[in-house]
Amino acid sequence: MSVVGANYSYWITIVLMVGGMYILIARGNLLKKLLGLAVLQSSVYLLYIAPGKLIGGTAPIIAEGYAVYSNPLPHVLILTAIVVGVATLALGLAIVVRIREAYGSIEEEEILARDRADDDEAR
Amino acid sequence: MAATVVALALQRNLFGAVVLFSIYSFLMATVLVALDAVDVAMTEAAVGAGVSTVLLLGALYLVGGMEAKPLVRPLLPLVLSIAVGAVLAYGMQGLPGFSDPQAPIHVHVAARYLAEAPRETGVPNVVTAVLASYRGYDTLGETVVVFTAGAGVIALLRRRKRK
Repeated sequence: MSVVGANYSYWITIVLMVGGMYILIARGNLLKKLLGLAVLQSSVYLLYIAPGKLIGGTAPIIAEGYAVYSNPLPHVLILTAIVVGVATLALGLAIVVRIREAYGSIEEEEILARDRADDDEAR
Repeated sequence: MAATVVALALQRNLFGAVVLFSIYSFLMATVLVALDAVDVAMTEAAVGAGVSTVLLLGALYLVGGMEAKPLVRPLLPLVLSIAVGAVLAYGMQGLPGFSDPQAPIHVHVAARYLAEAPRETGVPNVVTAVLASYRGYDTLGETVVVFTAGAGVIALLRRRKRK
């Protein structure tokens, strides 16, 4: 079994995870950071769902004429994860909107610069 | 999907980034259908591609526009990300192959759920049976999380109106 062929889904997961993490760390824009976080999260969905698949199987809805089903447990876990992910995204966006009102910018550099300026003034 | 992520990293127009993210979510939903996870795919299409995009566009309307060019080339994050990728690739070598019926994930409780769930709960969809019946308390906890997040959003955006 070739290394790439047997574990194709894992390779995709790794690419998505690394891409999401890079966006999360490297980009200064807070909205972009949240997008990176969402990509990072969805790579984890793939990490969980892919091993549950059985080739020749069907979706885990019990019916006459089918004997092989994919594993239902990762599906349950990831359903929860998706909903929680959106909840955190909404909260993050609300915080970004508040930061924008307080600082007039959502760029990390500008926000830090303003914080430093405020600190110098206070001194 | 990987190409969409690369485009997402390079895109400086935030509106374009949000649209790319929506495309990415739909691709993810398609992949999930191919992996037999129909319930998850439906949720991802509705919540990931639908609600998330609406939320992002709403936030975009409030904060506006373009992403600034970074002052320095982000070399350190790139190196760090690639290092993490290498570690993950190394760890991946120990995982069972794709669609291996003898993988640990298929030989523990899952078989029992598939065999007994329709009889015990009366629901033919095993995902629903586990979500709402066997692990009902987890789902309750999940709704608590969503409720807390909603309360947080309201608290954060309400202060704005008072000013």
